[in-house]
Amino acid sequence: MIDRFVAQRLGFALLILTALVVIMPILFVVGIIVAWGASAVNWEFLSAMPSDGMKAGGIFPTIIGTLLLMLGTAMASIPVGVGGAIYLAEYARDTWLTRAIRLAIVNLAGIPSVVYGLFGLGLFVLFLQFGTSIAAGALTLAIMTIPVIISTAEEALRAVPTEFRTIIASLGGTRWQGIQRVVLPQALPGIITGIILGLLRAAGETAPILFTVAAFYLPRLPQSPFDPTMALPYHLYVISTQVPGMPLEVQYGTALVLLTLVLSMNLVATVIRSYFRRRRQW
Amino acid sequence: MVDAKIRIQQLSYAYAGEEALRNVTLDVQANAITALFGPAGGGKTTLLRLINRLNDLVEETSMRGSILLDGEDIYAPGTDVPELRRRVGMVFALPLPLPGTIRENVVCGPQLAGVRDWARLEEILERSLAQAALWNEVKDRLDSPAIALSGGQQQRLCIARSLALEPEVLLLDEPTSGLDPISTGKVEESLFELKQQYTIVIVPHSVQQAARVADYAAFFLMGELIEVQEGNQIFTTPRDQRTEDYVTGRFG
Repeated sequence: MIDRFVAQRLGFALLILTALVVIMPILFVVGIIVAWGASAVNWEFLSAMPSDGMKAGGIFPTIIGTLLLMLGTAMASIPVGVGGAIYLAEYARDTWLTRAIRLAIVNLAGIPSVVYGLFGLGLFVLFLQFGTSIAAGALTLAIMTIPVIISTAEEALRAVPTEFRTIIASLGGTRWQGIQRVVLPQALPGIITGIILGLLRAAGETAPILFTVAAFYLPRLPQSPFDPTMALPYHLYVISTQVPGMPLEVQYGTALVLLTLVLSMNLVATVIRSYFRRRRQW
Repeated sequence: MVDAKIRIQQLSYAYAGEEALRNVTLDVQANAITALFGPAGGGKTTLLRLINRLNDLVEETSMRGSILLDGEDIYAPGTDVPELRRRVGMVFALPLPLPGTIRENVVCGPQLAGVRDWARLEEILERSLAQAALWNEVKDRLDSPAIALSGGQQQRLCIARSLALEPEVLLLDEPTSGLDPISTGKVEESLFELKQQYTIVIVPHSVQQAARVADYAAFFLMGELIEVQEGNQIFTTPRDQRTEDYVTGRFG
């Protein structure tokens, strides 16, 4: 029989080990990308068009493309996602319809991203004749983002105590007035966090933009929402697999830019959440 | 008892088949304090929440009978429920200020009703806080967070929040249950002031409080109204054996 204290020590050691196993890959990934890519990143890399078969110059159009895609995705997914969450959390009763909606949301979140890509190709690019364009790509990414926004926003809305709604009702307020005046402001940090996390996932995705928007190489920036564009994740895929003789530091430099973009948005989400949590009054 | 402010007629009510009120008939007089008392689960809170239709928010309920306010059935189709709730204010057992400042809490109701005039809101603010006996304590910090007030102050703030709408009826559900004796005394004192102007229905948190504040006292037991009497008579000469058992502390 093992001594109880020894057993406890062993247990702790095992748990710490598992925690370290979680952290190690992240440290490795970030470490290697920074170590091998940092030398490639400078102002020219960020602000110049690619040249010499993308082996030299910069990745400016891919950054712009990803930012434009994010903007379009946000514009399409935030109103639908937040509106849907308000409906589900504040208005919907438990009927077969709302149960079906919830089931759909859960299942949407589980669909592989390449399937979204094919769906976007069929619906937006071909059927609606948007062509390979920012509009088609952003809408495809939005469909992928909406379930994330709806479920996190609904959770945030439900976390606001019911009593606030009762008080507003008792003061002669309508349900919508209660939502506007108390519920939404209180749920806002949670909703914003959900939005950013959803957009983050979309920012790094390659498969959904593969067929809908991404261009291998474009000599100029997109001029309208119906132009195709280069985008960071797809560019990374292209230069890593499709272009022979691509300098390693350009690949890692591109990865570093993508990683920085995503992590900094993540940081913003964390800061917003902790800022509002400190100001919360219940 | 012809010109009762509120007439509750043969009211029965159930939550998902669970009976909460059985055939209750009660007249509530204007400018008086009516206390609904009795052991927990007697249906007192349910009755309060029916008078301003807050129980509309609860699903799967059934109701028979009627409640008349100034002779009009408040459950008649086409009733303007927000307007009804402005006429019949409610103070809850747990004082819970809305997020925001003292000022924002008090003027919330009038703002929801569409009052935008700044001077008018200021006037409402001072009058309501004074009526709730809170003005002197908070007049120098109207813009500080309401949550920073003490429990007793928060409850008086909640009363002021209801009074801001100048309701005709004020419903209070154990408004002093979480308060110390001194705060309780202040709340009770303000009730005596308020009854000059308002019709007050209170669920007191003890028999003693019922005896202190009631102009009319109604004893509820398991969903039934056992008896109602004027003044303190119910506590000294109850007609029903069950009332006597309760007020003398034999159960409850």
